[in-house]
Amino acid sequence: MEDPRPLLRVGALAKSFGANAVLRGIDLDVRRGERIAILGASGSGKSTLLRCLNFMEIPGSGTIELDGVVLGRPAAGGARAYREPELVPVRQRIGMVFQQFNLFPHMTALGNVMEGPRVVRRMPAAEARDRALAELARVGLAEKADAYPAHLSGGQKQRVAIARALAMDPEVLLFDEPTSSLDPELVGEVLGTIQSLAREGRTMLLVTHELGFAYHVATRVLFLADGRILEQGTPDEVLKAPRMERTRAFIARHQEFRL
Amino acid sequence: MGHRWDFASVLDNHEALLAGAAGTLRLFAICLALGLALGLLVGLARSARSAWIRLPAGAFVEFFRNTPVLVQILWFYFALPILLPFEVGKLAAAALGISLNSAAFSGEIFRGGIQSIEPGQWEGARAIGMTPAQAMRRVILPQAVRRMLPALTNRAIEIFKMTTLASAIAYVELLQQGRLIASLNFNPIEAYTAIAILFFCCLWPLVRLTYFLERRLARSD
Repeated sequence: MEDPRPLLRVGALAKSFGANAVLRGIDLDVRRGERIAILGASGSGKSTLLRCLNFMEIPGSGTIELDGVVLGRPAAGGARAYREPELVPVRQRIGMVFQQFNLFPHMTALGNVMEGPRVVRRMPAAEARDRALAELARVGLAEKADAYPAHLSGGQKQRVAIARALAMDPEVLLFDEPTSSLDPELVGEVLGTIQSLAREGRTMLLVTHELGFAYHVATRVLFLADGRILEQGTPDEVLKAPRMERTRAFIARHQEFRL
Repeated sequence: MGHRWDFASVLDNHEALLAGAAGTLRLFAICLALGLALGLLVGLARSARSAWIRLPAGAFVEFFRNTPVLVQILWFYFALPILLPFEVGKLAAAALGISLNSAAFSGEIFRGGIQSIEPGQWEGARAIGMTPAQAMRRVILPQAVRRMLPALTNRAIEIFKMTTLASAIAYVELLQQGRLIASLNFNPIEAYTAIAILFFCCLWPLVRLTYFLERRLARSD
């Protein structure tokens, strides 16, 4: 039976950087098990939306509700005030994978993955190690446990970063252009890893430029333009039969040079 | 005008030199530990978000960077006891002056090192649910210290050499003892040459050690 209450509920979310309004009112419900691909031209606000969800950026106004709890406290001017002690446990429940991996270069692959369980969840070292090895095995990198990030390929780094996020048992996974800084021949291994997570039924939001991947993996596709959701629906609706002219143009541009 | 070198007149006073070396090392150890520990606090305070923490730390740095250590040592030795109900010893006065000055300089090194770490490292740490303190301790500082190591080595060498300023208040350290030997035996050439060589022999291994550390720490790159 489906849980009627959304895991994440975003209401009228807005965010500006100086005079530049990047998000202009986003409403979004994310149910457990949904896989949402977020598309849009650069500057459309898609990364900012994702980064607001785990408070890498503090929203300018609007609400974010996690599992029925509205986060933050009301503050002046329609904004909400967020305190770090409230956000820390929220981030533990919402994992994030970055475009630039952001692995810790002074730790081995195993050290990177162990860090969350050991330091944040205070697991005993042996237990954290077993857990980290299991996550590395899940992304197919058990044999690279003792390698430092500098000795890994971009694709391997991103898979370690995915393992690091998984080791915290997040309820939602956010992927911020996870393959955009990879050489083309390394994109496949990362997408394959994400696809296997999708098969496990995990809840995820994914900002990507890989339309084909979004089509096959997502349960819902959002198209953002000028800080708003311009169009959304199933992958077939948005990617095969887009209603809006800008969505059509965006998809056409991405398929211009297909073989 | 050939000078006949006579180091025997210096070596005859090896007990005084040994006492001086012990005094130098004691002062150095105290100032290094205190200077770096306070420097880390100052550096963290200088990187703090709250202006209530950041600005006083900035004032501390500016004050101690822009006053001579010698003046500070003399002040702590001759002026502070007048304001306080108790005596300030020679070691304490010298250690205070040198440590606070070093804290100001190494505080700037720590601040620069912390700020040189890419914002992505903070994000990676926060994204797995670390508190700011955990992120600083586990992710930012270990990388920052590695980058700062050459600058911190220079700091340590400076501290070692600054210990000679304590001779101004007759604290027993190498230079003070050298001056004593020179004035009693009328052999300033040999006495001060010996002191210079002793300093070199103490500092050179220290520099080698830090080269070794830098190479070891670079393993993960």
